[in-house]
Amino acid sequence: MGTTTKRTLVLAAFVTLAMAAGMTVATPAKPVSYTLPSDTSTLKQTRDPGYAKAEAWCATCHSRDYITTQPPRKGKEFWTAEVTKMVVVYGAPIPEPDRPLIADYLAATY
Amino acid sequence: MFDRRQFIKGAGGLAAVLAGARLTRGRAWAQSAELPFANGARSLVQYPQKRPLIRLTERPPQLETPFGVFDDGPLTPNDAFFVRYHLADIPHEIDPDTFRLEIDGKVKQALSLSLKDLKALPATEIVAVNQCSGNSRGFSSPRVAGGQMGNGAMGNARWKGVPLKLVLDKAGVQAGARQVVLQGLDKPVIPATPDFAKALELDHARDGEVMLAWAMNGADLPWLNGYPLRVVVPGYYGTYWMKHVNQITVIDTELDNFWMKTAYRIPDNECACVPAGSKPDKTVPIARLDVRSFITNLQDGAAIKAGASTPVRGIAFDGGHGIKEVALSSDGGKTWRATQLGRELGKYSFRTWQTTVKLAAGAQALMVRATSRSGEIQPMEPRWNPAGYMRNAIEIVHLGAA
Repeated sequence: MGTTTKRTLVLAAFVTLAMAAGMTVATPAKPVSYTLPSDTSTLKQTRDPGYAKAEAWCATCHSRDYITTQPPRKGKEFWTAEVTKMVVVYGAPIPEPDRPLIADYLAATY
Repeated sequence: MFDRRQFIKGAGGLAAVLAGARLTRGRAWAQSAELPFANGARSLVQYPQKRPLIRLTERPPQLETPFGVFDDGPLTPNDAFFVRYHLADIPHEIDPDTFRLEIDGKVKQALSLSLKDLKALPATEIVAVNQCSGNSRGFSSPRVAGGQMGNGAMGNARWKGVPLKLVLDKAGVQAGARQVVLQGLDKPVIPATPDFAKALELDHARDGEVMLAWAMNGADLPWLNGYPLRVVVPGYYGTYWMKHVNQITVIDTELDNFWMKTAYRIPDNECACVPAGSKPDKTVPIARLDVRSFITNLQDGAAIKAGASTPVRGIAFDGGHGIKEVALSSDGGKTWRATQLGRELGKYSFRTWQTTVKLAAGAQALMVRATSRSGEIQPMEPRWNPAGYMRNAIEIVHLGAA
């Protein structure tokens, strides 16, 4: 039995033990810290000038899947309203000239 | 990536290793889910203290319960309970020994209570459904903006804590007080974003049922469900169930913020609805859950044996009157047959029901309809409002009998 195999077995045994033991613990661990995974969602890259603007602004306060999970093909009025909501309601400091570019890109892409 | 060192440092012990092991497992087994509406592709992702859940968004996290969980019984396990945040600066470190709940505003004596202080008060338990206002929004037709959830942004748990009334009485509410404002540890990312705060009318906050809960289903609240303390508002939509609650302020005005005055409002009429695509003239804050029911053991499109006795079961709930009847129809709603209700865990709880059906060969559709004790009955046609709140149309499961 090679060293690597032994190590793997020891690790597997440890993980199994940990899991078996963990499952008998009556309540879940009480973490005093909690770490969330980093974002993985992306925006679709296009040649639209609004793409770079959306990349620059739209993930400041939320992950990009807030955009990508919206209903498809809702059009410009929908996306203009969303960009406006982010600025007016949530205080997103998106420069005025960038707003229609972002709305155009989102309407064309999603 | 998860910073496992930080997690283990905080959690300590074997359970943290377990969380890490589960996490690795979850990632390795990453699966996907397809919600039955356009652009409904989702990932199943496992977070610490959670089983793999349907992920709507990453930051802040919004996780939906896979629907099959609701067939396992009337209580939703903590590791399967849905997660919904509004603002992305969610707490990542909480010391349960130094955590304080502050009660201030129009009170005779401002209080600063530790978890130990709260747990020394006479505790109560209540089984209650927490449902997101926008549960099932993805089915809105026409579609509307917002979190595009299937039917899994709901859950039922046995909550343990102290009545909010007890704490308010301890502080002594001043004459002329009108509302109780709830705030939690989660904060906006930029200062310009309105902080999440909600208000309950004083009488509601003091009804003896609204609770400050530290446990659900016999265990500490999971982090993502509001550890170490959350508000439980039986019969009301989840927007009022403040997570990580650390600030309660009694005011003698009406809370005038985005979350009460603009968001979470429904058309001010009997059905909380308007003609599809139109805007309501007048709105009010969303309040009580409407009546709903689901078939949990047969998925849409399932194959069953023609002419054979087929078990059908599920859940029903409403905003606190309790369920009077759950009925099934296999003829498009022309005739209905009552099912057998399960044990009642409380008027705010999921109520299980079961029956058997025999269906002839061919394409079949089973409809399920609940009626509350107040006589509220699910509508055949979905009601529509601009925010996609309070969907409760009769659910239909299509079956192939052969």
